[in-house]
Amino acid sequence: MEKNTIAPISKEKVTLTINGKEQQLEVEVWTSLLDLLREQLHLTGTKKGCDHGQCGACTILLDGKRINSCLSLAVMHDGADITTIEGIANGEELHPVQQAFIEHDAFQCGYCTSGQICSTIGLLNEGKAKTLDDIRDLMSGNICRCGAYSNIIKVVQEALERSRTA
Amino acid sequence: MRSFSYTRAQDVKKAVSEVSSHEDAKFIAGGTNLLDLMKYDIMKPRHLVDITRLEMKSIEETEGGGLRLDALVSNADTAYHPLVEERYPLLSHAILAGATAQLRNKATDGGNLLQRTRCYYFYDTTTLCNKREPGTGCSAITGYNRNHAILGHSQHCIATHPSDMAVALAALEATIQVSGPEGERSIPIADFHRLPGDKPEKDTNLAENEIVTAIELPKKGFARHYTYLKNRDRASFAFALVSVAAALELDGDTIQEARIALGGVAHKPWRKPEAEALLQGKEVSREHFQQVADAYLEGAEGFQYNEFKIELARRSIVRALMQAAKTDQ
Repeated sequence: MEKNTIAPISKEKVTLTINGKEQQLEVEVWTSLLDLLREQLHLTGTKKGCDHGQCGACTILLDGKRINSCLSLAVMHDGADITTIEGIANGEELHPVQQAFIEHDAFQCGYCTSGQICSTIGLLNEGKAKTLDDIRDLMSGNICRCGAYSNIIKVVQEALERSRTA
Repeated sequence: MRSFSYTRAQDVKKAVSEVSSHEDAKFIAGGTNLLDLMKYDIMKPRHLVDITRLEMKSIEETEGGGLRLDALVSNADTAYHPLVEERYPLLSHAILAGATAQLRNKATDGGNLLQRTRCYYFYDTTTLCNKREPGTGCSAITGYNRNHAILGHSQHCIATHPSDMAVALAALEATIQVSGPEGERSIPIADFHRLPGDKPEKDTNLAENEIVTAIELPKKGFARHYTYLKNRDRASFAFALVSVAAALELDGDTIQEARIALGGVAHKPWRKPEAEALLQGKEVSREHFQQVADAYLEGAEGFQYNEFKIELARRSIVRALMQAAKTDQ
């Protein structure tokens, strides 16, 4: 291929299970998981903050692990199981972490919240946070521009304690 | 992001031939650095070869009593692997000192070694940069060079290597296994990354179409006396200003062997074995550690905004060794 020419639009078929529902999709190869979720599937709960893996607003669970969906190409995750903020609640019943964010008033503008919640659930799945310092360190991939950190940390702490006694 | 074509490789051989047969092709695995750089239009591959389906995803003990980390194991899975935690805690700590949980879940061990510098000017496409566009000049030398090199830099580039993991691997004397059109070869970590010289566009001695397949850790893990000390501008999710991977083998208070690798100070993890040797047979003491620190920083040269790193590195070496030796004397 000549330099400075544009590669032809190339689409690939992928199968993704998103919030429990298996879907056959066609994606342009350069589409990020974030753009797929937001633009193609209109799951706009996952937010685009920096689009560079720095802010954590786009955090989703990929096969149960928290990742930045902005730094992931959809085409590379054929067969994956994805959970976004829209798939966290059980019907009308909020996930305990969601409920705790409300009870602790752990946000102001709310833009980072879906990422914070997915990240908290990822942290619980990992089971590595033991102390308050661990929580601060392991939540450092989620920036809150409003500075609601102290209440976010309380939510994570409470969720950790609940998961220990559960 | 610019458009590109894409293929998914099913084995190492095919991956290598795919990259060899396309112009401006790159391997992609975790993608956390490459996609970031593509969005900034700093790296412009025209073809991506997805290697995430290759069978390089396990951590196994080697015949020699070491450990083999396959290139596609995530940084998180490596840091939390029971054998790594138990036998190579220095590596585990170094990995966990870098990035965020989300990035470590995605980023692979091979990719960690191959990540590009975080020099501000490399990232800023409105400025000149020899690493981004060879021959244009270095903006950092006369610019804001707070996070730049104090050792091994050249008039063409003063960028640092950003990896924490690589610093621990340098101290542990890991070997990098690579595969290319000519077959397989092993590269000691000390020879894997390179100094900028007059070719700062090259970060490593890997050929364009060679792929990292595994990292081998030798048997000796220094699990009793080690420290990864990372100094940075905030407590988490920041690159090192100066980091030190320190490992000691002690017989009582006598040092049998010392390993010291510095991060954030050069284009590659910085080792100086002849300085480490000064500690051999010596007693654990602040004075001896200071002598080694002085030897390590001999010839260091800072720039307008990073002169402080020289003294910071000296003190960090002493503190890391004191911590590794578990002494405050």
